[in-house]
Amino acid sequence: MTAGSASWSFTPEDFSAMTTSLNRFLAETNSICALLVDRSGQLVTTVGDSAGIDTTTFATLTAADYSANDQLAKLVGEKDFASLFHQGEKSVYVADVARRWILVVIFDSRTTVGLVRLRMKAELDELTLLVDRVFSRGRNGAAPPERLLAGADDEIDKLFNN
Amino acid sequence: MINYASREINCKIVYYGPGLGGKTTNLEHIYGKVKPETRGKLISLATETERTLFFDFLPVDLGTIRGFKTRFHLYTVPGQVYYNASRKLILKNVDGIVFVGDSQAGRMEANLESMQNLYDNMSEYGYDLTKMPFVIQYNKRDLPNAAPVSELQEALNPGWEVEDASKFHVAPDPYHAGENLVEQLPGGEWVERAPYFEAVAIKGDGVFDTLKAVSKLVLKALA
Repeated sequence: MTAGSASWSFTPEDFSAMTTSLNRFLAETNSICALLVDRSGQLVTTVGDSAGIDTTTFATLTAADYSANDQLAKLVGEKDFASLFHQGEKSVYVADVARRWILVVIFDSRTTVGLVRLRMKAELDELTLLVDRVFSRGRNGAAPPERLLAGADDEIDKLFNN
Repeated sequence: MINYASREINCKIVYYGPGLGGKTTNLEHIYGKVKPETRGKLISLATETERTLFFDFLPVDLGTIRGFKTRFHLYTVPGQVYYNASRKLILKNVDGIVFVGDSQAGRMEANLESMQNLYDNMSEYGYDLTKMPFVIQYNKRDLPNAAPVSELQEALNPGWEVEDASKFHVAPDPYHAGENLVEQLPGGEWVERAPYFEAVAIKGDGVFDTLKAVSKLVLKALA
């Protein structure tokens, strides 16, 4: 396909590496939960206690928020704002991951923004390595995302005949 | 995006078109008709006069294929001309497009301007609209001042030249008997048009036909 978010995929191994890394980050910073979102607004994964949060909607709005801020940065002559911070009883810290994904961390008074920010750097480095792995594999054609539905035309037709 | 861990295929569909054409109405109808367990919340970032400011968003599950849940994220863009920055952001990583045209004769200019804006914004991202899932909906067919479909087709869906010789064969339009999506013009040139649908979104007519058609094209693009 010419364009679109379906141009990449990740394996259970990627997923496991991602969640392990994010879980360690949550434990180190005592944050409530973390969401990994792709730039088009789709939720890649969530770890920690996200009960009571509509994560699908949260992911979409985060991506929109981040994209809007990206444009605001350009208007004031910045390349980008690498992170965003929304402060409240529950606070939200949003950071760019290799310009592909967005990491969202939700935390409360059990930790501080300073600690979250401090640990964030190492976490972003780890996730960036992962992103590179996922996307370079896509380019090399080793992953079969486009072939998942190969020959599934009948099944697709059936889905829409109900 | 294909998520092998949660076994989901996520696709992004954007409803594009001129202001007050019925894009949000399409999503509202889908929201009202789909079973609550197969859809999420309908989010509207709108002004206090209910004009879309940034986007509307509705996630819906359309079923399972090969054990993967197919989840479609439906977005609308703000139709008003001066919101182009927001509109462009929403198109990022889009998998399929629905252009909702306003059938009223007096809105032809607005339709054309929006269609041109869609082509321009897509090409700025490096996307080729003629090579991706794309469906046109002519909305407000019930209004007395609605232009004939043939006029709308001529203006908004005249067809693009087919360059790939392997596609030089007549492809009938599965949705309109006697019409073709790919055909040869008397001058010998092969053209392809986007599938189109007539709709009265406020009553729900044509809304699901449009959604099904674009979703199917998106999934077939993966097959």
